Amino acid sequence: MTAPASSLDAAEIEKFAALAQAWWDPKGEFAPLHALNPPRLDFIREQALGHFGRDPRARRPFEGLRLLDVGCGGGLVCEPMARLGFTVTGLDGAEPSIGVARAHAEAQRLAIDYRVSTVEAMVDASEAPFDLVLALEVVEHVADPRAFLRDVARLTAPGGLMIVSTLNRTAASLMLGKAAAEYVLRWAPPGTHDWRRFLKPEEMRDMLSEDPLSAQGPFGLVFDPVSWSWRLGEDCKINYFMTFSRPARTTKGEGGRSRRRQTGSR
Amino acid sequence: MTRMPAAASEVRLDVVVVGAGMAGATLALALAQGGLEVGLIDQTAFEDMVAPTFDGRASAISFAAFRQWRALGAAEGIAPHAQPIAQILVTDGARPGAASRPAAGAWLRFDSDEIADRSEGEPLGYLIENRHIRAGLAAAVRRTAVRVEAPTRILSVEREPGRVTIRLADGVVLVAPLVVAADGRGSRLRQEAGIGVVAWPYGETGVVATIGLERDHHGVAYEHFLPSGPFAILPLTERRASLVWTERAARADALVACPIEAFEAHLRRRFGDFLGALTVQGPRFAYPLGLQVADRTTAPRLALIGDAAHAVHPIAGQGLNLGLKDVAALAQVLIEAARRGEDLGGEGVLERYARWRSVDTMGLAVATDAFVRLFGNNHPALRAARDLGLALVNRIGPARRLFMMEAGGATGDLPRLLRGEVS
Repeated sequence: MTAPASSLDAAEIEKFAALAQAWWDPKGEFAPLHALNPPRLDFIREQALGHFGRDPRARRPFEGLRLLDVGCGGGLVCEPMARLGFTVTGLDGAEPSIGVARAHAEAQRLAIDYRVSTVEAMVDASEAPFDLVLALEVVEHVADPRAFLRDVARLTAPGGLMIVSTLNRTAASLMLGKAAAEYVLRWAPPGTHDWRRFLKPEEMRDMLSEDPLSAQGPFGLVFDPVSWSWRLGEDCKINYFMTFSRPARTTKGEGGRSRRRQTGSR
Repeated sequence: MTRMPAAASEVRLDVVVVGAGMAGATLALALAQGGLEVGLIDQTAFEDMVAPTFDGRASAISFAAFRQWRALGAAEGIAPHAQPIAQILVTDGARPGAASRPAAGAWLRFDSDEIADRSEGEPLGYLIENRHIRAGLAAAVRRTAVRVEAPTRILSVEREPGRVTIRLADGVVLVAPLVVAADGRGSRLRQEAGIGVVAWPYGETGVVATIGLERDHHGVAYEHFLPSGPFAILPLTERRASLVWTERAARADALVACPIEAFEAHLRRRFGDFLGALTVQGPRFAYPLGLQVADRTTAPRLALIGDAAHAVHPIAGQGLNLGLKDVAALAQVLIEAARRGEDLGGEGVLERYARWRSVDTMGLAVATDAFVRLFGNNHPALRAARDLGLALVNRIGPARRLFMMEAGGATGDLPRLLRGEVS
C-alpha cells in the first residue's frame, strides 16, 4: 500500500518512517513512548477487563476478542495485547514501521496481523469491526482529526470499546509535553509534535457527538520526575485518555448494556 | 490463537531460574504464585541440598524476608527452626578474654523491644540453619506447578533477541523470554554474559560450626570483633548456636582439621564460659570471605539475583537478606509485567528491576565493608575512635533504631512481598 488516504498527513508519516529502526530501543528516539507504556497498558487492561467482564486473574483474559491498534508504529502496544489473548491487527501508514513491527513480532513468536493501511481504507473496504479499537498518541499527528476519529468509531463493533489517548492543548503541555520532551529532556526529536494540533478532551467529545457512543473521561497520565516514570492520575493537563463505548446492537440507543462495569478514573 | 505452536521437544515457560538455592527457590515460588510458568534448574538434587553435610551455615533472616516466606506458603516448614533474635551485642573484644564478658568496654546493643512498634512486635530477625531453610523451600516448591529439573547439567544457554533457549544434558530444551541467574558467587551465567565483578577478597576464612550450649542463650547474638577478625555466636533453636569464627586462611584450615578436643579448647579460650560447656555438633566448615559485586545486574534476557549479583561479608548477616530482597523486587516487576502482557525479558522490564535494586546493593556492600574494616583493624587510634563511635551510636536512640530497621529489612521502597503481601 502507498499513498495513505485523506486524514493522514504525509509529512508526519515520513517523520516516523525515518525513525522506524528505533522503535524497540527504550533509550532511543521513542524513549518517551517506552516510558508511557506501562501505565498505558495498565489503563487499557483495566478498561477492557471491566467493559468485557473478563477474569482479571487469567493469564490471557481477552481470548476470543479482536483488537485494532491504529497508528501502531513498531508494535509497542500490539505485542502486549497479543500476549493477553487479543487477536491483534496493527495499522500504520509508515511502511518501515510495519516492517520493524513484523520482524519483532516474529522474533517473539507472536502472530499479529500488521498492515500498511489507514482507517479510511478499512472503512471503505467494509472490514469487520473490532471489539476494542485503540488510537494512542496518534490523533495529534493526523491532518483531519474529526474524520479520523469518526472512522475509528466506525471500526468499533457494537458492544465494543474505543480508547483514544493524546496530548492536551494547554500551557502545561506546551511547556512539558512538547518543549520539555523534545528540547530539554531530548526524548523526542524536535518537531515531533505540533502543539497547535493537540486536542482538548471536550473537542474530542464534540467531534464524536453525532455518533451513538458513550464517552468517558478524560483520565490523566501524570509524569513523576522523582521516579522518572508516568502513572495514571487525575491531572489531564498534559496527557489523557478518553474511552467511547458503542452500545450493543440489541439495545436501542441506550449505551447501558455494553458498560457492564465502569472502573472510572483512579 | 496468537501464540505459535512450539516445536515438539521444546518446553515453553515464562521464566527459567538457574540455581535452586535459597534465593532461586524463593523466586520460583513467588513467580509461580503470581501465575507464571516457571522452570527451576540445579545440578544438585533437592534431597542432597538438605543433608547436614551440604551447607553448615545459618542465616540471619530479617523479619521482612521471613514475612515473604509466610506470604509464599513456605514458612510452615521453616518456622519451627527459626530462633528469634531478641538482642544483638556487638563488642570490641581486642583484650584477651574480653569476649567472655560482653559488658566490659564500649559496646553496642540492639534490642528488639525498641522497634517493636514499627516491626509489629516481631523480633530483630531470626537465625535459621540453611539446611532447614532449603528443606522448607523444597517442600513448598513441590506443592506448586514449578517445573523442577534437578539434578541435571546445562549444556548451553543461548540468549537470542526474542528468547532464551536452555539445553539440558538429558535432552530437555527449555525456552523462555527470560533466564534468571541464581547460580551463586561463581555464577556461570554471569560469566557467559560477560558481566564482570568488582571483587575484594578479605584474605580471611569463616570457620562455621554448630555448637551445643549448656546454658540458654536467651536469643542473644554475640558479635565480637577480635584482632584476627569477627567472631560471632548466633543463637539457634534447641539451646544451640551457630559459630562464625573468622581467621586468616591458613589458621582457619588448621582449626577445621584439628582434633575436636583441641578445637573446643580454642573455642573456650575465645568465647569464655558464661554459657557453660560448649560442644561441637556435626562437621566444621570453612568458607572463604570476600566482597564481590557484579558490574551490572542485568544483560539482554538475563537477570542476576542473590550471590550471583553480590556477595557481601557475612558478619552483618545480610547476605541472604539482600538476595531475598532481589527476589521480592524481581518477582513484583515480572508479575506486573506479565499482567500487562509485556515481554518479561525485554529491556524496559529488566531496567525496572536493575534500577530498584542498584542503590540498596551498593549501599549495603559499602557499609558492611566499612564495618569490617573499622573493626578488623587493630590500630590503637582507630580502636579509640571506634569505642567512642560505638558509645555514641548507643546513646543516640534514633540512629540505633534506624540501624536496626535497616538490618530488619524494613527501610527503603519495599516490594509488596517483603511487606507480607501477595501480588
